[in-house]
Amino acid sequence: MKYLDEYRDADITRALAARIRARVTRSWVLMEICGGQTHTLMRYGLPDLLPPEIELVHGPGCPVCVAPLEFVDRAIEIASRPGVIFVSYGDMLRVPGSRSDLFRVRAAGGDVRIAYSPLEAVKLAQEYPTRQVVFFGIGFETTAPANAMAVWHARRLGLTNFSMLVSHVLVPPAVRLILGSPSNRVQGFIAPGHVCTIMGHREYETLSAEFHVPIVVGGFEPVDLLEAIAMLVDQLEDGRAQLENQYSRSVTRDGNVAAQKLMEEVFEITDRKWRGIGMIPASGHRFREEYAAYDAERLFGAQEIHVEEPAECISALVLQGLKKPVDCPAFGTRCTPEQPLGAPMVSSEGACAAYYAYRRHTSPEAGQ
Amino acid sequence: MCLAIPGKVLEITDLGFSRIAKVEFGGVTRQVSLDFVPETQPGDYVLVHVGFAISRVSPEEAERTYELLRQIQEADEIPPEEPL
Repeated sequence: MKYLDEYRDADITRALAARIRARVTRSWVLMEICGGQTHTLMRYGLPDLLPPEIELVHGPGCPVCVAPLEFVDRAIEIASRPGVIFVSYGDMLRVPGSRSDLFRVRAAGGDVRIAYSPLEAVKLAQEYPTRQVVFFGIGFETTAPANAMAVWHARRLGLTNFSMLVSHVLVPPAVRLILGSPSNRVQGFIAPGHVCTIMGHREYETLSAEFHVPIVVGGFEPVDLLEAIAMLVDQLEDGRAQLENQYSRSVTRDGNVAAQKLMEEVFEITDRKWRGIGMIPASGHRFREEYAAYDAERLFGAQEIHVEEPAECISALVLQGLKKPVDCPAFGTRCTPEQPLGAPMVSSEGACAAYYAYRRHTSPEAGQ
Repeated sequence: MCLAIPGKVLEITDLGFSRIAKVEFGGVTRQVSLDFVPETQPGDYVLVHVGFAISRVSPEEAERTYELLRQIQEADEIPPEEPL
C-alpha cells in the first residue's frame, strides 16, 4: 500500500539504524509518548537495532490506560442500566474496573456494542429512538474532533437519546508534567504524529524551548520512528534543542484548523485525573454548557466514586516511564491480556500489551 | 486509539451538510467522512482515523522524505575503502 510499504522497508530501516550507531557518542534517554509508536517499536524489534547507548522509555500516550478507574466504573454502571445501549471502541471492553468490566456487563445481559467510529453510535440512536445510546468518548486530540462531530450530527438530527461519556485527555500537559518532574530522565521526545496532525506542532515548540529539550514529531512506521530517533540523536549530539517535524507528509505547524474549531465548539478545557499519574491541570475536555444535553455524566448522575487501584499493578510507574513492563513481578503470569490487572496490558496501545505480544520470550535485559 | 491509516479517495458524495468519500485501503473500501478535510479530491490519499479523514497526505513531503532516505541507503551501500 502506498505510504505504508515504503515506510516499512527493511533496508532503509537498517541504514537508519547504522546512521544512529555511527553518530552516538554517549548515552541518551528518549521517550515516545504515543502507545501506537510503542507498539511499532516492539513489533519490528527496533530497540534491538539501536546501539546500547539509546534507551527508549514509553510514555503515557494510551487513552485507555489513563482513563481513571472510577471512570471505568461509571461506564460500567451506565452500561448496566436497562434501556441503555452502551457503545465503545473495542479496546475499552476488557479494561478492568474495580469489580467488573464491560465484557462482563455484556455477558450479564447488558447491551454493550463495539464501534469503529462514533458516527455508528449516532446511527444507533436514530434506529432505536426509545433507547438511550451512550458513547464512551475516550481519546487524545486525534479522536476528540471525531467525537465532537458525532455530537454535532446528533444535534443536527435533533436526537434526544444520544449522549457521550467524555474522558478526553491532552498530550502537552502530560509532557510538561514529565519534564518538570525531579525524577525525569528523558532527554529527547518523539511527539505523537497523529495528535499533531490535528493540533499542529506549535505547542511542542513551546515545550522544547521551555525545557530546552529536543522534540521530533514522528510517524508510526518503522522508518518514521528510526528517522525520528536519528533526528533526536543528531540534535542531542550537536547540543541543539529544537522542534523538528519528521512526519511532514501529514503534520503542519498549524494542524487541522477545521477539526480544532469543531472540537473547541463542543468541548472546553478542564482539569483531568489520569490513571496512574493523578490530577493534571487543564489536561482534558468537558462539554461546553451549550452541549450539556449530550453529557452522559449529567444525564446519568455524576456522583464521586472513590476506588483503590489493585496493589500489585505497577502501571502508574510504567505510564510515567519509570519502570518497564518486564520489571513487574506479575507480568505475563498473574497479569495477561486475557486476565489483566491493569489497563496497559489490555489496550492495543498499552506498553505492557506491546511487551507481552512481542517481547515476552526475551530476557528482561534485552527489553531495556 | 490514535491509529490512522492512509487510503486512496475513489469517489466523493456531497450530502450538503457533509462530504462522504469511498476510500480504498489495500483492496478494502470504506465510507469516510471528509468533514475535516473539505478540500480533498478523488485520487488524493487521506489519513483516516475512526471514520474521519484527518489529513491529506502531502505527496511532495512524502517524496522529499523518501528521497532523503534513499540517499542514506545508497551512502550505506558504498563499500568501505580498502586499507592501504
